[in-house]
Amino acid sequence: MSLLLFIEQALNGLQFGVMLFLMAAGLTLVFGVMGLINLAHGSLYMVGAFAAAAVAAATGSFLLALVASFVCAAFAGVLIEFFVIRRLYDRDHLDQVLATFALILIFSEGTRWTFGSFPLFLDKPDWLSGTVMLPFGIEYSLYRLVIILVGLIVAASLFWMIARTRIGIRIRAGENDREMIGALGVNISLLYTFVFALGAALAGLAGALIGAIQSVQVGMGEPVLILAFVVIVIGGIGSIKGALIGAILVGLTDTLGRSLLPALFGLFLEPSSATSLGASLSSMSIYLLMIGVLLFRPKGLFGGV
Amino acid sequence: MTEPILDIRGVSKSFGALKASNNVSIDLRAGEIHALIGPNGAGKSTLIKQIAGGLMPDSGSVHFDGRDITVLSTPARARLGMGRTFQISSLAMEYTVLQNAIVGALGHRGDVFRFFRPVMKDADLLATARDALGQVGLEDFHNFRTSELSHGQRRQLEVAVALTLSPKVFLMDEPMAGLGTEGSHRLMDFLDQLRHKAPILLVEHDMDAVFTLADRISVLVYGEIIATGSVDEIRSNPTVQSAYLGEEAEA
Amino acid sequence: MRKESLLNAALLVVLLAFPLWAWFVDEPFLITLTTRAIVFAIAGIGLNFALGFGGLVSLGHAAFFGLGGYVVGVLAFHAQTYTPLMEWPFAIGGTKSMPVTWLTAIVLSTVLAFAIGALSLRTTGVYFIMITLAFAQMLFYFTISWSTYGGEDGLSLYVRNGFPGLNTMDPIQFFAICYVILLIVLFIVFSISRSSFGLALGASRQNEERIQAVGQVPFRLYLTAFAISGAITGLAGALFADLNRFVSPTMFSWQTSGEIMVFVILGGVGRVFGPVAGAVLFILLEHTLGGLSEFWHIYLGAVLLGVVLFARGGLYGMIAGREVAHD
Repeated sequence: MSLLLFIEQALNGLQFGVMLFLMAAGLTLVFGVMGLINLAHGSLYMVGAFAAAAVAAATGSFLLALVASFVCAAFAGVLIEFFVIRRLYDRDHLDQVLATFALILIFSEGTRWTFGSFPLFLDKPDWLSGTVMLPFGIEYSLYRLVIILVGLIVAASLFWMIARTRIGIRIRAGENDREMIGALGVNISLLYTFVFALGAALAGLAGALIGAIQSVQVGMGEPVLILAFVVIVIGGIGSIKGALIGAILVGLTDTLGRSLLPALFGLFLEPSSATSLGASLSSMSIYLLMIGVLLFRPKGLFGGV
Repeated sequence: MTEPILDIRGVSKSFGALKASNNVSIDLRAGEIHALIGPNGAGKSTLIKQIAGGLMPDSGSVHFDGRDITVLSTPARARLGMGRTFQISSLAMEYTVLQNAIVGALGHRGDVFRFFRPVMKDADLLATARDALGQVGLEDFHNFRTSELSHGQRRQLEVAVALTLSPKVFLMDEPMAGLGTEGSHRLMDFLDQLRHKAPILLVEHDMDAVFTLADRISVLVYGEIIATGSVDEIRSNPTVQSAYLGEEAEA
Repeated sequence: MRKESLLNAALLVVLLAFPLWAWFVDEPFLITLTTRAIVFAIAGIGLNFALGFGGLVSLGHAAFFGLGGYVVGVLAFHAQTYTPLMEWPFAIGGTKSMPVTWLTAIVLSTVLAFAIGALSLRTTGVYFIMITLAFAQMLFYFTISWSTYGGEDGLSLYVRNGFPGLNTMDPIQFFAICYVILLIVLFIVFSISRSSFGLALGASRQNEERIQAVGQVPFRLYLTAFAISGAITGLAGALFADLNRFVSPTMFSWQTSGEIMVFVILGGVGRVFGPVAGAVLFILLEHTLGGLSEFWHIYLGAVLLGVVLFARGGLYGMIAGREVAHD
């Protein structure tokens, strides 16, 4: 494999990683602040993608579609937080898993009911198509580059929000001591709804951005959800920094594993078995990564003691 | 003088800058009740954990029945014969009183990996469990769910479970806490007799109980043992008075 | 007799009487439907052993269900194609004998559960949930990319595996096999729940400090429970493969893990017969709601949500009330 190809794959891994971060950020915040494990986060990703596809089809504007994904997912988030999720904060993890599993069933089938089983297509706009020349003569997809930038900007804003703003202080207080923020006179239920909606909106945005590369269909959220779980488990549940580093690790491992492992096995195996063995192993690689991390740090890289 | 059964030698444990145990030495001999007293935050719980297992000292060692048990786990220490009661009742709350006692008897007998015989029909275990419940006066409550017991009854059950282990020593962390006057007197009478079966290391806040029961008292302040001696020695010890008892009298 | 025992007996009677009636009126589909409920029940009983008795929230039991299925699928594949499974270090061929495949499924599931448990039980809480999920996902992707055995398309059994002396292609006979296995599994789990091990495991679930203070190591109890749990769910996977004469990576999917968990919850966590009631309820919902609308999962989701939010304890909790401690 040439160096250029390697760099391109690394960029793809980075792009995948920042998208996973958008998903993982909400999950890890919701767990850190409210102690809730939310399987339905993938459904919010799907809601965002469908909202974007519908709005893009109606208006033809990609930017409007992105706004729609953000807003609709946030709205869906507020809705389920209000009706279901807030009843689960004091429950054990088993109840949370089951109730949010039930939400997935409802969201998935509801979407299938509304939009049908066929995938929708969300086209990236002309002004984001094509490639750009990067330094050292690397030609790379403009759209993917934009995704990386958007992801990094969102990450930076999140870090800024948590470190510098009033709401960030409350979120951090909530992570450390739930009793305390009540004592501080913060309206907890409003804070919880906000955190949940923020996480939902980010997931929705990720769904729309990815929807333009892949197809928009029911069930698209769950594979990403599981990867996002792997990310926050690796990073340490509740840690935004851990989510970012975990996401990039997982993104790179997955993408590079897919391209490098078959080539690596090709060095000493016949091509067909090298391909199949490489594919099997690379699909398992991120789980192996996660298991490896947990064996040495049972609470993730940046998890508390 | 007899060899101590339990011998804690120069144990130290720090959490960051906080010295929770600072070169603590304390021992327990056959037939005695050795009370450990000290103000809140003196490091009593930390010390108990190092004795019962669950927390490794940074330095120093713990000897039990002639062997060094510093590195052993909590279950291993329990199997060697340490019977422990907890400060906050630590019981299987969904189980009945009898089931909790059986858990103790079973844990002591050691054959938990049996899958087919009904454990609640095992005559040996039942005898041990019933006997222990009888000793603490809970025999009439054997069919109660543990969560339905009063606070005082749970403390009694804690002691009963420890009894099923036929331990060589008892480690009791504030067994009187929350008991009424009558309850604590009954428990005091019971502990008074129990010491002849196995010596007791007693962490207790109730000074009446300590002064009535203890053969020896050790005073722990800021992670250090500032005095060990008989009841009279401790009462008249000026350091103890200023550091602890005086405080207590003022309060 | 207590309400719970009555409900247990009623379930067993209905599960036997209904297919017999269906056989009498010649409705083989209903027999197969019942058999399906029984297989799901066994899978749920397996998970319940870890989840209900041990408090181990595993979201990865599809790993054992799938492994059990693939043991049957792969052995049958080699028997059908007359190819050896392996030639070195000793030759092993495929087989289409049910007892042999079941035994293999149980043994391999136990081994896998030991391995997964030994690693996963180092963690607790959400981490445990996630790591068990991750192991199952790993196997899911592995089978998808394992083209020798069909990859994404799975494997088909041309004819159902055989059982000495019976015609397994006859729905009622295959039902009888599954029903007997259900009885055996229930008997085993019931016995364990009343045994020394069951008592110690329950004590550990309720209070680890307590079980340590009486000299027992929670990790060993949990690992044993997880292995038993995996073995039972693995057996269910094998029966599922026999039932459908087909295995696919879906058996390993996280939805499968979720559904097995649903059987347990609908019926009632920690009750020996809970998953049986849950699986029957699930099949009933699938059949009746599925008839109403092809989007019946919406209703299933709503029912599940209702059970979790308002009817904790599932069907058994509602009908039989709070679990009575037995002694």
